[in-house]
Amino acid sequence: MLIIPCPHCGPRPENEFRYSGEAHIARPADPEATSDAEWADFLYMRSNPKGRHAERWRHIHGCGRFFNCIRDTVSDRIERSYPAGTRP
Amino acid sequence: MSFRTPTGGRIDRNRVLNFTFDGRAYTGHHGDTLASALLAKGVHLMGRSFKYHRPRGVLAAGIEEPNALVHVDRGGGRDAPNLRATQVELYEGLVARSQNRSPSLAFDLGAVAGLLSRFLPAGFYYKTFMWPASFWKRLYEPAIRAAAGLGRAPTAADPDRYLHRYAHCDVLIVGAGPAGLTAARAAAATGQRVMICDEQPELGGSLRDEPGAVIGGRASAAWLAAATTDLASRGNVTVLTRATAFGWYPDNLIGIAERVTDHIAMPDPNLPRERLWQVRASEVIIATGAHERPLVFPDNDRPGIMLAGAARAFLHRHGVLPGRRAVVATACDSAYAAALDLHAAGVTIAAIADLRANPTGAAIEAARAAGIPVRTGCAITGSTGRLRVTGALLGSDWVACDTILMSAGWTPSLHLQSQSRGKLRFDAATASFLPMAQPGQRSVGACAGEFDLAAILGVPVSGAISPNGSHTGLVPGASAKRAFVDFQNDVTARDLALATQEGFRSIEHVKRYTTTGMATDQGKTSNINALAIVAGQLGNTIPEVGLTTFRPPYSPVTFGTIAGASRGDLFDPERRAPMHDWAAAHGAVFEDVGTWKRAWYFPRGRETMHDAVARECRAVRNAVGIFDASTLGKIEVVGPDAAEFLNRLYTNSWKKLGVGRCRYGLMLSEAGFVWDDGVVGRIAEDRFHVTTTTGGAARVLNHMEDYLQTEFPELLVWLTSTTEQWAVIAVQGPDARALIAPLVAGIDLSPEAFPHMSIREGTICGVPTRLFRVSFTGELGFEINVPAEYGPAVWEALMAQEAPTRSPTPYGTEAMHVLRAEKGFVIVGQETDGTVTPDDLGLSGMIARSKPDFVGKRSLRRPDMVVANRKQLVGLLTEKPDDLLEEGAQIVEDPRQPIPMRMIGHVTSSYPSATLGRSIAMALVEGGRARMGSTLYVPMPGQDITVRVVEPIFYDRTGARLDG
Amino acid sequence: MKFSLRSLFTQGLTGHHGWGPQWRSPEPKPAYDAIIVGAGGHGLATAYYLAAEHGVRNVAVLEKGWLGGGNTGRNTTIIRSNYLWDESAAIYEHALKLWEGLSQELNYNVMYSPRGVMMLAHGVHDEQVFKRHVHANRLNGIDNEWLMPEEAKAFCPPLNISRNVRYPITGAALQRRGGTARHEAVAWGYARGASPRGVDIIENCEVTAITRDAGGAVTGVETTRGRIGAKRVGVVAAGHTSVLMGMAGVRMPLESYPLQALVSEPVKPVFPCVVMSNTIHAYISQSDKGELVIGAGTDAYTSYSQAGGLHIASHTLDAICEMFPMFRRMRMLRNWGGIVDVTPDRSPIIGKTPVPGLFVNCGWGTGGFKATPGSGHVFAATIASGEPHPIAAPFTLERFTTGRLIDEAAAAAVAH
Repeated sequence: MLIIPCPHCGPRPENEFRYSGEAHIARPADPEATSDAEWADFLYMRSNPKGRHAERWRHIHGCGRFFNCIRDTVSDRIERSYPAGTRP
Repeated sequence: MSFRTPTGGRIDRNRVLNFTFDGRAYTGHHGDTLASALLAKGVHLMGRSFKYHRPRGVLAAGIEEPNALVHVDRGGGRDAPNLRATQVELYEGLVARSQNRSPSLAFDLGAVAGLLSRFLPAGFYYKTFMWPASFWKRLYEPAIRAAAGLGRAPTAADPDRYLHRYAHCDVLIVGAGPAGLTAARAAAATGQRVMICDEQPELGGSLRDEPGAVIGGRASAAWLAAATTDLASRGNVTVLTRATAFGWYPDNLIGIAERVTDHIAMPDPNLPRERLWQVRASEVIIATGAHERPLVFPDNDRPGIMLAGAARAFLHRHGVLPGRRAVVATACDSAYAAALDLHAAGVTIAAIADLRANPTGAAIEAARAAGIPVRTGCAITGSTGRLRVTGALLGSDWVACDTILMSAGWTPSLHLQSQSRGKLRFDAATASFLPMAQPGQRSVGACAGEFDLAAILGVPVSGAISPNGSHTGLVPGASAKRAFVDFQNDVTARDLALATQEGFRSIEHVKRYTTTGMATDQGKTSNINALAIVAGQLGNTIPEVGLTTFRPPYSPVTFGTIAGASRGDLFDPERRAPMHDWAAAHGAVFEDVGTWKRAWYFPRGRETMHDAVARECRAVRNAVGIFDASTLGKIEVVGPDAAEFLNRLYTNSWKKLGVGRCRYGLMLSEAGFVWDDGVVGRIAEDRFHVTTTTGGAARVLNHMEDYLQTEFPELLVWLTSTTEQWAVIAVQGPDARALIAPLVAGIDLSPEAFPHMSIREGTICGVPTRLFRVSFTGELGFEINVPAEYGPAVWEALMAQEAPTRSPTPYGTEAMHVLRAEKGFVIVGQETDGTVTPDDLGLSGMIARSKPDFVGKRSLRRPDMVVANRKQLVGLLTEKPDDLLEEGAQIVEDPRQPIPMRMIGHVTSSYPSATLGRSIAMALVEGGRARMGSTLYVPMPGQDITVRVVEPIFYDRTGARLDG
Repeated sequence: MKFSLRSLFTQGLTGHHGWGPQWRSPEPKPAYDAIIVGAGGHGLATAYYLAAEHGVRNVAVLEKGWLGGGNTGRNTTIIRSNYLWDESAAIYEHALKLWEGLSQELNYNVMYSPRGVMMLAHGVHDEQVFKRHVHANRLNGIDNEWLMPEEAKAFCPPLNISRNVRYPITGAALQRRGGTARHEAVAWGYARGASPRGVDIIENCEVTAITRDAGGAVTGVETTRGRIGAKRVGVVAAGHTSVLMGMAGVRMPLESYPLQALVSEPVKPVFPCVVMSNTIHAYISQSDKGELVIGAGTDAYTSYSQAGGLHIASHTLDAICEMFPMFRRMRMLRNWGGIVDVTPDRSPIIGKTPVPGLFVNCGWGTGGFKATPGSGHVFAATIASGEPHPIAAPFTLERFTTGRLIDEAAAAAVAH
């Protein structure tokens, strides 16, 4: 069980959170203008790196807020977290 | 004949305990283990090995024991297999039996496998049992399975309880031997929050086996007592005994299994049997010590052959001698300490056979001074005896003995450090892997390769012998045959050689091919010997061969301990709707819907489910029914941008929905598939009362929060789950208005003032209500939302009404399903399965074409979402009205086609309809809407059911009944 | 040497000196006709069928660690083919048919044990889903039958079919031909079959780059043991597919999750089949050695750590103990994790990629072991001909663009 640093509440155990996938995948501003391939890229393609991963978590049993983390997917160590809508 | 010393040991000689082993009665003392108590009676034979059923005694004195596995039975489902006799603490009345033997431990027919051992090398089963193919399932595999296994699984439910505890500390010390105690005292003195755990019943570890040591001028026992008292007296220290730290998990979370009652004859029933501690520590200090290595030589497994350190532990902890005449075979000074102590206790040491050509030092001098014959450069290469060792082959001499004590040196216990992905280095001098510190963790004492007591304790020590010297792998000059490396799994040096001969070069392959290190002792005594033998075969060094990965747990942990209190009612707590108790009191049968218990139907008298559901349906169609709809998810969506937000989340348009009106909302996943639905009412310009499916409530709220917080943060909207704040009572049927009218105040219920798909606020029975005029049955209907705690009172008030002729009929989820199916209303999750679009359901009209965007819209244009032959929702009527289709049944055009058939759809819902006097069904069928009126088939075992495709609405097509 | 009772007996009499290496350990050649990246069961099976059935013998299988050390050696060995959609049923049934003769085909006892795979239903929704499977399977010629609780109990006596439990068993779907096999033997058997046919299995050889020509077509790979050329490269590296495909600039619809499993200490035969419960969320069988083999779903977050949280094992075991309270005193012997790559529709991707000469076989999620022979068989045909095998054809990468998903997760939400 990881210790996850919520940027709003501080470090809390993993079971207060819900993992929400890769971060910084912005929904296209005008989906209708995207090609099928571009839309599929948004929907399904993921970087899935072995190493530093920017990812979203929600402090669902805490403040309820979505935020971002940088986690090393090999060691599972979290480097830092930062609020949704910001960049690391 | 007793092998108990007249004095000494840490047992309580005044407390005599009775126990049985294989039905025979024995006595022992408080402080004994089952193993020590049996050894005290001269019983060495305690088990049979896994593969060859060789007779085995105890090899070790603790957690690393591979041989002496027993079944302990406390009665009443409190029995467990595969427990180590060296860890089973004796209590009055203990009942233990041996395992993996038939008919008896002394005479085991399974031992025939040993006679055939030359035909059963490592991996023999991969090479045969292949012909004829059918024999594997019928003959070979059952025979192999019957021969394998160790003990027998319990057959009755375990009545004991298990609990979880969580703890945080600054420093957790794992292991309370000399290194752990020293680390704990140092940490405690700084005022930090300290926890120290040890798997033994008492603190001290190996220090208990050094009664002759003098520490800083004090006897070791006195030092230990002082250290124990010191820790116990400090408020910042928590001491756990019988507590095994079995696993390291990310961010320094340590799993510790504490055995609370197994050592007690009549435990307090309020105590759990075991406790799982999950300890989060800023720093973990690993002080787990070392395990002694056996020497690998032919027939090194006979009862009476044990590790030298084990003999010393039995002597000093339990006052037990392993025999009368011992041969000590060693490559390490620590065995001299055992020889000297046993010699002093009256055991004849027939010889010390030291592998080393020229061992020097105080230990050797002391042995010689004591008159013990020391043979240097002398290899042990065999033993005799069947159920007990009778002789040792030293060089070319057979030396008679009843005990062989052996030591090839000590292997640091690296398990926790390795589990944490800590780095290791190989120390060639001691043939050991040693741990390297990493942030938040360090290793101290023997597990870090430091064996010198003075260095560990930081004070002068005399009278202790450091374990200098080691050997790995096969004893020089010895045959590899029957030279056991992994005792429990019967893996010999020869098996390891065969594996390398067959091309298994990675230690991970050798481990899996031979099963070395995979027994219940997790290879604690065998890993390094196996590595050395494989390295020798391959011409590599041990670090080149590499260490296998250590996985949790360090030693086996009871399932119940890991599961904890989560059982029965606590396994997955039930959710109960506000009117649950009323339903239960009125005979409802419940069904599980997600975690909810929902009233399924309300049988009266001896009614069958079919009868009850038919009656409930008729009541709704002809009079009025009442239904607990509280489990529907409810979300309050509030804010100036609430309508815009819903516009983006639902397919429908919300901006023009008037205050006081409702709309059926359809929600898609971003992939364009129907994801949830529900009625949404507009309470005010900036306030919506959203309902979701019962199962979808949590994920819809999460989905909404996700878009609101991360995609549309500019919208001013607040979301609140109100599922459990509202009790919802659906009142449905032509008499619905008449039923509620006398109780409602502040709302004009007339059809003109309160049309279908409206919402009003007022009171019912004096309680504030949000009253929806909606219908999931096709009848005139209302859904009364009241604060949850008023739900039962309002329900009972409604039940007490007799307008116009009789009280309403409570109906359950089954009748609800039938009624909505008659009207062709879909249920998300039943008509849909995550692959269904709005158009597939015939709900294209729910898609607001004018909206530039909503979640899922773009996906609806993908090529496969618009192909012509997508499966579409249709109704099905069986040719014979009484034929009832099975939900999930498949639909074909030609039932006479050969298998595999081309299936064009499946039945999603199917019910007998009392209203219509026949069965009805809904289905998803390829190109279904173009097939209206056509005939299809549902092939079932024994018959093909003919069906006609119809519109998915079976009752009141015009909706005339909505107005009652 | 052929494996048989006779050879075992002869060798037993003569000291077992005649057994040679089960596969060669050659140095890599400068170039091959085809390279398979990943020496797990799927990759080795691919190489075996390339050599045995398509005459493509100049093949290398590159493995960064030891063969069979990934998910092949880490899974719970469940085999079944009772999938819902025709496309899935076809490939898993293709695999099951190969399982039935695999020991004889490979002359290696993979211990395929058709002891039956039973999925428990706990309520109306489960029943609807499972019956949909049963009927679809029946019309596809795949055995899968519906059992009432009493029938389920007769087949698997440890089941508790009392109504007075949190989630009573209301029925079960049983595939009798489903079962288990010995996972490592599958990898070893394919390796032993492929090696003498010309396949070079090269362990401790990590691919660090995929090289391409000016036109973008694959020319080979860079490895920790040097450059190796090939015009056809098949990536079969479950868990690490995204990393490898990224070397060729191909983005994948994959996420890699830890999947944990655990075994108990071995006991005498007590559990006759495989039982899975999606509602209670765990599955269990007993190995030939006697260990109870137990698993559940993945951990919550993506990871390459091959380790997971204790709370996941805790949830798995509370489910097992709820279903089988007599196992509460059994003890967990080993608990480990693998890395599974998961697609959005929980179905695999098998076939060509946008890069000419680069093929991929991935996305088997938590259930790839059962497909091993079939997966290798159709992937070999795909690589050999350059066009998808008919059974592999639906499992394209393009389906994520067109929307033609094969959504077994939506259909069943059964983990395995």
